[in-house]
Amino acid sequence: MLAKRIIPCFDVKEGRVVKGTKFVNLKDAGDPVELAALYDKEGADEIIFLDITASHEKRKTIIDVASRTAEQVFIPFTVGGGISTVEDFRQILKVGADKCSINTSAVQTPNLIREAADKFGSQCVVVAIDAKHNDSRPGNWEVYIHGGRTATGLDVLKWAEEVEKLGAGEILLTSMDADGTKAGYDIPLTRAVADSVGIPVIASGGAGTLEHLYDGLTAGGAEAALIASMVHYKIHSIKEIKDYLGARGIAVRPVL
Amino acid sequence: MIAIVDYGMGNLRSVEKAFHNVGHHAFITNRPKDIAGAERVVLPGVGAFAAAVENLKASGMSKAVTEAVKAGKPFLGICLGFQLLFSESMEFGLTEGLGLVPGRVTGFFAPGDRTPETDALKIPHMGWNELKICSPAPLLEGFPRGGMVYFVHSFYAVPGNSAVIATTTRHGIEFCSSIWKDNMFGVQFHPEKSGALGLALLKKFGDWKV
Repeated sequence: MLAKRIIPCFDVKEGRVVKGTKFVNLKDAGDPVELAALYDKEGADEIIFLDITASHEKRKTIIDVASRTAEQVFIPFTVGGGISTVEDFRQILKVGADKCSINTSAVQTPNLIREAADKFGSQCVVVAIDAKHNDSRPGNWEVYIHGGRTATGLDVLKWAEEVEKLGAGEILLTSMDADGTKAGYDIPLTRAVADSVGIPVIASGGAGTLEHLYDGLTAGGAEAALIASMVHYKIHSIKEIKDYLGARGIAVRPVL
Repeated sequence: MIAIVDYGMGNLRSVEKAFHNVGHHAFITNRPKDIAGAERVVLPGVGAFAAAVENLKASGMSKAVTEAVKAGKPFLGICLGFQLLFSESMEFGLTEGLGLVPGRVTGFFAPGDRTPETDALKIPHMGWNELKICSPAPLLEGFPRGGMVYFVHSFYAVPGNSAVIATTTRHGIEFCSSIWKDNMFGVQFHPEKSGALGLALLKKFGDWKV
């Protein structure tokens, strides 16, 4: 039986890990490669790097990060942020990343999903969806792009079904309403998306406690849980997370 | 020296880096004569079976790999490289494989295997899953009970002779996740992406005395 996955996520800017703006002035939180290797040893099931480098010319630093990560990390890892062409996919996969995550570019050019899936296989293509509750249509969620700054008018469930049809292998679903609240994943949203598609959904945004992870993986129907501050701030170790979930009957890969 | 066969199917750098990490010298090559000169051979690969067979034949690697196996060199097939060892595959019509192990590669799920349980499962079988050890395969010595490895695949192998099955894994059905026969070891999973347990297997492969 497949294990549910625990996936630490790092925001990477110009080749360094940065911590969220909601937290104190810890701008530089270290080398992404060292941190990824550490989490690999501690039992993380995958790693996701999200490149938030703003300037285009400095974006090649993420290729260097991916390449150095592949020297030291022997679990699957995903790179997201700023990937907008098949050539971007090729460069990142070539240096050893296993998957690429796309968000804005998928909405702007849906065919990129199909092209990348045809060339590299669906398992390489993660579509990230930033979802926000739609106040004018209760019970519906709208897709946002540009790091949550631009509303698209797209319905999240319809978009999720569309990306699956185009060949996406996984959906990384972030609730903008829950993100940063530490009040738990948006369970109705996660469950609605998980029920709409046959591909795995990674729950993201809002996890503050171990119980939140349990809820996302059970009531939410997610195959994987994205975690950030919980492990970055050492509130819980990956082993504690796995032990807790395992004790509650969830199939997890044991930390040996 | 471990030769990693490059036949244009997928990225091989992760496999090379994983060997380096455990202290074994490995190199990627697309020249059949390097295979003839190598001490050990690894056939990795990701992608479609038919295209892989075509590439292997066109490059002369098919013959080089077969000769290396027949010469008794330690051999490791990974994922598609494992499936290629078998007689044939059902992926997009019947395609002949290298035929080094009798058996057939087939897709999840054959109509006869479908149950409510399998209908609820996702294909590809992607993620971490358990190995149930069935034979005293030297590369799996010390593999812990309940230990998990990383899979990404939609097809699986059914060996003609079940005595070669080294491990099985459950994904709706119990399928063969690795084989061991003489100097040949083949794994459906990705040891280069399976954390410490995968690295241990690659380390053992480099030290394996057949």
